[in-house]
Amino acid sequence: MTFAVQDSNGFAVVQLCGEIDLRNSPEARKLILTSLKKQKHVMVDLSAVEYIDSSGVASLVEGFQYARANDLEFGLLGVSEAAMNVLRLARLDQVFPIYDSLDDRLSHGG
Amino acid sequence: MPQRTSDSSRPVIEVEGLRASWGGQPVLHDVDLSVEAGEIRVVMGGSGSGKSTLLRYLLGLHRPDAGTVRLFGEDISRLGRRDMLALRRRIGVSFQGGALFNSMTVGDNVCLPLREHTRLDEHTIRIMSRMKLEVVSLAGFEHLMPSQLSGGMVKRAALARAIVMDPDILFFDEPSAGLDPVVAADLDALILRLREAMQVTIVVVTHELDSAFAIADRITVLDQGRILMTGGVDEVRNADNERIRNLLTRTATDTEVDVDDYLERLTQGVGPQ
Repeated sequence: MTFAVQDSNGFAVVQLCGEIDLRNSPEARKLILTSLKKQKHVMVDLSAVEYIDSSGVASLVEGFQYARANDLEFGLLGVSEAAMNVLRLARLDQVFPIYDSLDDRLSHGG
Repeated sequence: MPQRTSDSSRPVIEVEGLRASWGGQPVLHDVDLSVEAGEIRVVMGGSGSGKSTLLRYLLGLHRPDAGTVRLFGEDISRLGRRDMLALRRRIGVSFQGGALFNSMTVGDNVCLPLREHTRLDEHTIRIMSRMKLEVVSLAGFEHLMPSQLSGGMVKRAALARAIVMDPDILFFDEPSAGLDPVVAADLDALILRLREAMQVTIVVVTHELDSAFAIADRITVLDQGRILMTGGVDEVRNADNERIRNLLTRTATDTEVDVDDYLERLTQGVGPQ
């Protein structure tokens, strides 16, 4: 499983896909934190994620925490129902900025 | 609901012809059981029905006298140590008494499986364990010792540890035992939310009827080591079987007395005067 990072409209868009679990969440974490440490605003695209476990969600939490501490923007795009269920369980759906897509985020301004 | 298990077409748990005995006494008689992915199955029975024994065999803690237990399609009695360890990582168990380590904080208890079985970064591990403490409404209690928690909190902490690895199967041994009705109902609601969010297959061993009826997709009724029936909540509620009716209405039954057998038990080794 290879994840990708694409620069678009001032954001590093980290695209995750498939099943995010203990095997590959460290890779997702690394991509997110590396982009943030380059002082980039980060959006994580979850639209192609079929399953995300709590190690994957923890990576998102860590990214969000880093972004807030460094005045960077961090959000989630296209959160699938499966991923949303996991976020809701720990009420993290109320914590992360969540958008339908990057266009949706851009139309919100910021 | 999407399933994580790669082959969701076959049952996650399959038990065939399971026989077991303790000290030469049969305790499980030809038990057959099949649990589908994503199902909540309650195994219900009175004291001594064999339900906790069955749980121990499902966990692979003992070898059956006969029959097979398959988890994820694997006959667990044929697995080597390494494969069994890998399989156990996919299983969470919430034991009746909690089984927390009293010398560790609540947080360290919850982190323990992650530290033992993964190479995740410590930051990730701590966030994961705190997320699970949030899920069980124990946020902020991570620095307490188990001895500082109430009975209900110990159960919830044990549950946080059981789910910290995002298991595919979650076993509960008497989750509501010893809890007041409100706390027990909260725990039932939490079990339902876990199934929904984590797509986990759940097996609950209990003698608590209210809890069983609140959470079960199907109920297996065990009695004296035999399965009396497996069915939906309404099927079990309306069952004609006298033993099941007695279990539901909590009435004691007079067991049939075999006079010769009974006298033999009472007088063995004692000669007539």
